[in-house]
Amino acid sequence: MSEIPDDLRYTATHEWARDEGDGIAAVGITDHAQELLGDLVFVELPEPGTDVAAGGECGVVESVKAASDVYSPLDGEVVEVNEALADSPEGINEAPYENWIFKVKMADPAQLEALLDAAAYAEAVEAEEH
Amino acid sequence: MVKKTVLNETHRRLGARMVPFGGWEMPIHYGSQIEEHHAVRRDAGLFDVCHMTVVDVVGPQARPFLRHLLANDVARLRTPGKALYGCMLNAGGGVIDDLITYHLDEHRFRLVVNAATTDKDLEWMALQCRSHEVEVRPRHDLGMLAVQGPRAREKALPLLPESLRERAARMAPFNAAWDANWFVARTGYTGEDGFEIMVPRTEVTALWNALLEQGVRPCGLGARDTLRLEAGMNLYGQDMDEETSPLEAGLGWTLDLSDPERRFVGRDVVERQKEQGGLRRFTGLVLEGKGVLRNHMKLYEAGSPVGEITSGGYSPTLERAIGLARLDARAGEALTVEIRGRRLPVRLVKPPFVRHGKALIEL
Repeated sequence: MSEIPDDLRYTATHEWARDEGDGIAAVGITDHAQELLGDLVFVELPEPGTDVAAGGECGVVESVKAASDVYSPLDGEVVEVNEALADSPEGINEAPYENWIFKVKMADPAQLEALLDAAAYAEAVEAEEH
Repeated sequence: MVKKTVLNETHRRLGARMVPFGGWEMPIHYGSQIEEHHAVRRDAGLFDVCHMTVVDVVGPQARPFLRHLLANDVARLRTPGKALYGCMLNAGGGVIDDLITYHLDEHRFRLVVNAATTDKDLEWMALQCRSHEVEVRPRHDLGMLAVQGPRAREKALPLLPESLRERAARMAPFNAAWDANWFVARTGYTGEDGFEIMVPRTEVTALWNALLEQGVRPCGLGARDTLRLEAGMNLYGQDMDEETSPLEAGLGWTLDLSDPERRFVGRDVVERQKEQGGLRRFTGLVLEGKGVLRNHMKLYEAGSPVGEITSGGYSPTLERAIGLARLDARAGEALTVEIRGRRLPVRLVKPPFVRHGKALIEL
C-alpha cells in the first residue's frame, strides 16, 4: 500500500498539492503514481509564468516504461519549478512528497480545500485497483 | 487464460510487479528496473525465462529439416553443443520467429522460441516437417533461467551438477553442455556473459533460490528489455514480424545464402529483395538532449516522414534515450523525431550501444 500523507490534498489523476502560504501551493505526483510509473528518467517542467487551469497539462514525467502528463490541480500561475529534477528525476521515486514539481500562485485558494483529502484519495486509488 | 510459470508465487513474495506478456503473467521489476539493469552490467542478474518454449527436433532427418525450415544454415553446426541464432521465415520472406538452435547430436537439435509465438511456431513446424523423417517435441517439462552479468558464471558454476561443472566452466560463448537432466548454454539476451540453464520444471524453484543465495539479483522483463536494446538485439513483434523482411530488420547477417542447393522457406523472396535493392534501412538512434524515445515514434527529414522507431527506450548505462528504427532507403542522416508534437534531433548510430558493460557509441 502506498503512502498518502494526511496533510496534503489530492487529485484523481494522482497529483498532490500542499499549501505553502501566501496563496501558493506546491504540486507533485503521489507515491502511488511513482510506483505505477516505475523508475523516472526525465521530467519536463512547465515554464515559470505560465497560466494554468485546474485539470490542464502542466509538465510531463517519463519513466523507463511510459510518459505521463502532470495536471495542475489548481487555477493560477506557475511561479516556480523544481530545477533539481532535471538532473535527478529519480528524486520523485525516492521521496515523492518532498520533491514537488512546480508551485502555483492560486487564483482561488478555496480550490485547494475542495480537492480530495487523504481518505478520499485512498478510496480513489482503491477503486482504480479493482 | 493467462499462464503462470512455476516461479509466479516466488516473484510475488520478492515484491515483483506482475504484468501480462505474451500470454503469460511475468515480473516487470522487483522494485527498480534501473538497479536491476545495472546489476546485470556490473555483477549478476537472474531472469525467469520459463515462458519461452524449448523444442527438440529429433530424427534421422533433423538436420535436412532444419536446413529447410531456417534461414540460417545449421550445416554450420558441426560440433555438438554449438549454438546458432537465426530466423524462421514464411513463404513471403517475413519473419515467423527468431530463435536459437543448439546442436545436440547428429539426429537431435534443440530450439528455443519466443513465448507469444509458440503456438504458431509449433503449427508451422508441424506443417513443414511432414516430408521429413523427424519429430518436433515441445519440452514443456523443462523450465529455463537466465543468469547474466560479468560475475554470473562464477556464481552459477558451483550450483551445477558435478558432471557438468567442469565442461560448463571451460566452454566458449555460444556453446552448451548437458547431462541427462540439465542443459547449460553460454548464451543470453543482455550483451553480457552468462548462462541460460534448462532444468526439469520441478527443479526450477530450487535453482532460482540457490542463485539468489549466491547473490544474484532477480531481474524483470523491464531490465531484460533495456539490456537487449543496449546490446542491439531485436525483439520479435516490435523490430520484426511476419510482414517484415529480415533484410529490413538488421538481420541480413543471419540469412545464409552460400549453398545454392539449399532452398529454405522464404529464400526466393529474400534473394529477390536483395537483388532489387531499395530496402528500408535498420539503424540505431540516439536522442540528442533530454526525453525518451518510444516505440512507433515517427522520424522526419526536412519535414517529411522517413520512418519509425521500432524499439525505443532509456539506456541506464548511457543515461540517454536510444532506439532502433526502420527508415526509407532514401533517408539521409539529419533526422528528427517527433515527441509530443515537437521535433528533436536524433543521431544515427550502428548498434550495439553497449556490450560487456562498455559504451560502444560516442556520446
